[in-house]
Amino acid sequence: MKKNSQGKIIKESDSLEIVKVKESKVDDAGDYQESPIYIYYEWCKKCGICVAFCPTGTLASREDGAPYVKYPEKCIHCERCDMLCPDYAITGAAPGERRTNVKK
Amino acid sequence: MKNIPQKVIHQYLRHRKKFPHVWCPGCGNGIILGDLLRAIYNLGIEKDSIAMVSGIGCSSRMPVYVDFNTLHTTHGRAIAFATGIKLSKPEMNVIVITGDGDAAAIGGNHLIHAARRNIDLTIIIINNNIYGMTGGQCSPTTPLGRYASTAPYGSLEPNFDLCELARSAGASFVARTTAYHTTEAREIFEKAILKKGCSIVDVISQCPISYGKLNNFGSAVEMLKWQRDNTIPVEAASKLPPEKIKGKIIRGIIYDTDKPEFTEEYDKLITHLTGELSISKNKSVNKKVTGKAN
Repeated sequence: MKKNSQGKIIKESDSLEIVKVKESKVDDAGDYQESPIYIYYEWCKKCGICVAFCPTGTLASREDGAPYVKYPEKCIHCERCDMLCPDYAITGAAPGERRTNVKK
Repeated sequence: MKNIPQKVIHQYLRHRKKFPHVWCPGCGNGIILGDLLRAIYNLGIEKDSIAMVSGIGCSSRMPVYVDFNTLHTTHGRAIAFATGIKLSKPEMNVIVITGDGDAAAIGGNHLIHAARRNIDLTIIIINNNIYGMTGGQCSPTTPLGRYASTAPYGSLEPNFDLCELARSAGASFVARTTAYHTTEAREIFEKAILKKGCSIVDVISQCPISYGKLNNFGSAVEMLKWQRDNTIPVEAASKLPPEKIKGKIIRGIIYDTDKPEFTEEYDKLITHLTGELSISKNKSVNKKVTGKAN
């Protein structure tokens, strides 16, 4: 039996835990060590908006229509995918500055 | 155990509610709710000082998912309930979320009279040109010649221009934006919330399931591209000749003025009358006293 801070018993399915998005690490050469974009697949409805409006082509569609990070080194932290996602399933990595040294 | 990312929007969601939300894939409601939550975060308004009121419809399910004081009311009457909240608690930021059918058809009179009264409400009309929830019936904002399930040969009725309607009815802040222009929408929501007076924002949204299929738009992506290509900012439109902006939808802050606000005028009236009453009471007391003395 799990209890919340107020002492009420909570179901396993109700207990959602908020985790911090991993911060994207960039090495000296300007390459990402970790993915700059966090996709929460349980909420994704595969509408394709994030892939269509990504300005640098960082994202691509999987066979089932869900997005994945194809070229993490291209991400410029514009957060366009974050703002246009209707399901709050995709987030740009935690407070990142806009990158200008993008490899093309 | 489910893990969800912590970003601005997720701080304002009711995580006990069933997620993912009920809206169809590619629906604009989620995008617009995200813009609104970012605007509230940027303004630094406390959760408890916001009351979000909605009627019936797809967009009116927004207050269910957010962690404010929320009220889900009858069809078209959201503005009437919100007027009650604002008059009893004038310090609250009352935000009304309605759809186009909710605001312009069933609650049309409430909309124009809230604008006429100039009561300090932020009315956000999510305009997807159709009654999405009930199966795609023709609404007052379905453009002329567009298809709906009750207009299989094209709509015969010209549509409402909600911004012109709100402006002529007397609202002090009128703006139009789209689901595609997220940053512009966020800035307009910030100004609309801060504005003292009735602020009406017409947000053009997409309904890929009911409206998009019948009108051969394809997908939600195509509808967002349509919003991008067929709208023009009000600043740019003022410089162009009228033949170049023909057929384009003008977005941006269309009208912004300062007018006497209803709750402030109401407070003034109360203080005025109670002041007068106390004076008249004193007068009557004095009369009685003088009467006794005589």
